[in-house]
Amino acid sequence: MSTSIGLRLRNALDSDFAYLFLRSPVAVLSAFVVIVLVLAAIFAPLISPQDPFNPIELNLMNGFTPPGTPNAFTGESFWLGTDDQGRDVFSTILHGMRISLFVGVSAVSFALLLGVTLGLLAGYVGGWTDTIIMRVADVQLTFPAILVAMLIFGIAKGITPVEYRDQMAIWVLILAIGLSDWVQFARVVRGATLVEKGREYVQAAQLIGRRPGAIMLRHILPNVLSPVLVIATISLALAIIAEATLSFLGVGAPPTQPSLGTLIRIGQGFLFSGEWWILLFPSLTLLALALSVNLLGDWLRDALNPRLK
Amino acid sequence: MLAYILRRAAQSVLVLLVVGLIAFSMFRFIGDPIDNMLGQEAQQEDIDRLRTELGLDAPLLVQYVRFLSSAVQGDFGVSYGQGRPVADILAERAPATLELALVSGTLAISFGIVFGVFTAIRRNGFAAQAIMSLSLIGVSLPTFLIGILLIYVFSVELGWLPSFGRGETVELGWWTTGFATRSGLLALILPSITLGLYQMTLIMRLVRSEMLEVLRQDYIRFARARGLRTRTVYFRHALVNTLVPVTTVIGLQLGSIIAFGIVTETVFQWPGLGLLFVNAIQFVDIPVMAAYLMLISVMFVLINLFVDVLYFFIDPRLRVDRSEASA
Amino acid sequence: MGHDLANPVLSLRDLTVEIKTRRGLLKPVDGVSFDIAPGEILGIVGESGAGKSMTGNAVIGLLDPPARIAGGEVRLAGQRIDTLSSEEMRRLRGKQIGMIFQDPLTSLNPLLRIGDQLTETIRTHLDLGANAARERAIAALDEVGIPAAEERINSYPHEFSGGMRQRAVIALTLCAEPSLVIADEPTTALDVSVQAQIIALLKRLCRQRGVAVMLITHDIGVIAEAADRIAVMYAGRMAEIGDVAEVLRRPRHPYADGLLSSTPAASAGQARLRQIPGAMPRLTALPEGCAFAARCERAQDRCRQGAAPRLEADNGRTACWFPIQHGEVEA
Repeated sequence: MSTSIGLRLRNALDSDFAYLFLRSPVAVLSAFVVIVLVLAAIFAPLISPQDPFNPIELNLMNGFTPPGTPNAFTGESFWLGTDDQGRDVFSTILHGMRISLFVGVSAVSFALLLGVTLGLLAGYVGGWTDTIIMRVADVQLTFPAILVAMLIFGIAKGITPVEYRDQMAIWVLILAIGLSDWVQFARVVRGATLVEKGREYVQAAQLIGRRPGAIMLRHILPNVLSPVLVIATISLALAIIAEATLSFLGVGAPPTQPSLGTLIRIGQGFLFSGEWWILLFPSLTLLALALSVNLLGDWLRDALNPRLK
Repeated sequence: MLAYILRRAAQSVLVLLVVGLIAFSMFRFIGDPIDNMLGQEAQQEDIDRLRTELGLDAPLLVQYVRFLSSAVQGDFGVSYGQGRPVADILAERAPATLELALVSGTLAISFGIVFGVFTAIRRNGFAAQAIMSLSLIGVSLPTFLIGILLIYVFSVELGWLPSFGRGETVELGWWTTGFATRSGLLALILPSITLGLYQMTLIMRLVRSEMLEVLRQDYIRFARARGLRTRTVYFRHALVNTLVPVTTVIGLQLGSIIAFGIVTETVFQWPGLGLLFVNAIQFVDIPVMAAYLMLISVMFVLINLFVDVLYFFIDPRLRVDRSEASA
Repeated sequence: MGHDLANPVLSLRDLTVEIKTRRGLLKPVDGVSFDIAPGEILGIVGESGAGKSMTGNAVIGLLDPPARIAGGEVRLAGQRIDTLSSEEMRRLRGKQIGMIFQDPLTSLNPLLRIGDQLTETIRTHLDLGANAARERAIAALDEVGIPAAEERINSYPHEFSGGMRQRAVIALTLCAEPSLVIADEPTTALDVSVQAQIIALLKRLCRQRGVAVMLITHDIGVIAEAADRIAVMYAGRMAEIGDVAEVLRRPRHPYADGLLSSTPAASAGQARLRQIPGAMPRLTALPEGCAFAARCERAQDRCRQGAAPRLEADNGRTACWFPIQHGEVEA
């Protein structure tokens, strides 16, 4: 298995894929932005000048310091300014992005696992299993993902005891976004499975007594990797936006663990009073993140599926 | 045709029953309805009386049927937060949401189709390429950021347009409209652009790709080979064929306009159903959440049915009985 | 057959089509010349990719970019048309040149009634009112043998069978009375039982009206049935042209010979079908000299060097340095 993936990877790098990638400035640039942002998020505790959630490091006197200019009382200076509590905006953005990316990646991974598993089952087993899974998918598709996610969030919040709500919020968010997004994976994988199932090599594998699980994993799964990769990338952009939206609405990451969306929600309160930096910088970061992942996904779809061009 | 519509209608009823079941489960199993209504210091006899009164001692199936039948009659219970019948609150909030959805839906569909057709026909032109690049930004831009940006430019900096609320409204029976006053119309502008922009981008991109697909078809080549005017080829032959697959998606988009209304309504503090729903989630106001869910489902199902019926008017291939008569 | 080749409807001289690609300049049509007289049917045969359809598209001005006419002339009734503006060319299409495509199932707009597609074509090219156009449309359907044309004019394409649709397509092509019809594989997508009817119909209508026909097909049987003359194309170039009976009986270009003896209809009575070894070279990798040399039993050094042999419209029958001689015994 690992050798075949290694082989695939090497083939991919030798192929048109790498050529097309290097030829597309948009793809290279957005990949660069994504990598920088992801690294910044991973190493946020090391990079950020202060720990914005450690009250000892905060000085209320530093509140509302505009970007780049020294504070009138303390003389301290902050790159991107501070918020009302004297938190360094740059640090909160790094930590916020960490949460946004963590929720986004976890939610997509969850959706991917769930969707691929259910799709393989529906396509390979067929019959009632197929009918039930796809019916649920159809019903869910009738509703926009964001609404489904909000509803799941609301229900989960209702079930969780009040004192645990803030702690659980991040996990509930992952569950809600992941559950709202599995259908696409399931549909694509099911379709591909139905095609592959009819192929002779799968029938041959069945004849020599391979177990269904092994056939699905070793023969069918590799064939659906590239559409799954495309969907996963585009889903990641959507998941990041969904997380930001929920947090912005106040039904996502709590103020104690603010994601980019929470920061924007907080920043919106200062829109009229003139402290624009508290709102602007988290917004720009979110935009850069969502846009570059989106562009990458868009490019990936074109590169892996030339027919769509 | 009738058989098809009936089958779709049956499916819709099934969807509604499932949604009803979810709403019922929320109602029945999240928190204790009695606690929520009477508070913590209730007397045991009051609790028992209320339990019997509300029918909570009946078998679950009976409770579900009762729940559904009262929901059909417009009885969604009492809001935990406001202590008023949910139905009243919904009726009060619905006009704001529907007017906003109507305006932004119209904007999204008309501009989406126009831009989509333009970018497909002038595929390699500078303007078309620019619009396409902008649209990708539009898709990546979360709705709430668009709203905030518009508020910043047009309310904070320029001071031209209001940043929140519906402005003055006029009552027409139980309906309140913002269409009749100047401040009501002004208040509609920013929210409807915010809400419509994302949908417009989606519709535009879809129309463009469908139209490009249609322009590759043989009947377009044949129409050209017959020397038809370019205008005729594009608008009579290509556009109409483009709209067939686009109709379904536009229908679904109208549904998500109502859903994304939640975000827009929050940004602009628009007193509609979406804002109500967000507040309900924040305060775990289960009856309101359940009622909103059911109301939205009914709207979605109706829109889908409407789209199905619309198909028969656009696409003659679906009018099965006709072709049978003349085959 | 007595066709007036002195005043041809269509006249190609050295027509060359180029496509610019990442891998270089391709010539899917390279120096093609021929004439078609009024009322004459010229069959063009060749493998897929030989440049048959591309030639047809170039004549009617429907080349898809980046393909473009890079050289030569196209004359319609003596007037040069490859230099016309796209609007002037649009006016010619349908009115002077008609085109029939391979698949009648996809050639008709599924959302418009047959009658509407006919009347819009008629009214684009002829100055007629709605009623007159409708009558003409009914007459056109009647002519191509669609029964109860008066009622059928209100039908949608999906209500017609495949053969009926191709009849409707022919009616659409002929309704503004063009002098040239390009039929690109008009029967390939049809049932075998319907093919002969459609060919017969096309032949009859064109004969009656004196319409010149460029019949593109890979089906030698169709050519034998309908065409007056035959042109064989290979790798974008003309290999052989001549009277259909003559070429079918005594092909002179080795490729034409191979093509004919690998086709059942044309080689009836032969013990077994022969194959041409190898495959047509890709346009990206055309060899020097004759494109067929690598597959040719008769090829000699001269064939593999220098310029390829050319076939001019007014001189000779075959583009080959060593054509099969009349009466020669085959190896």
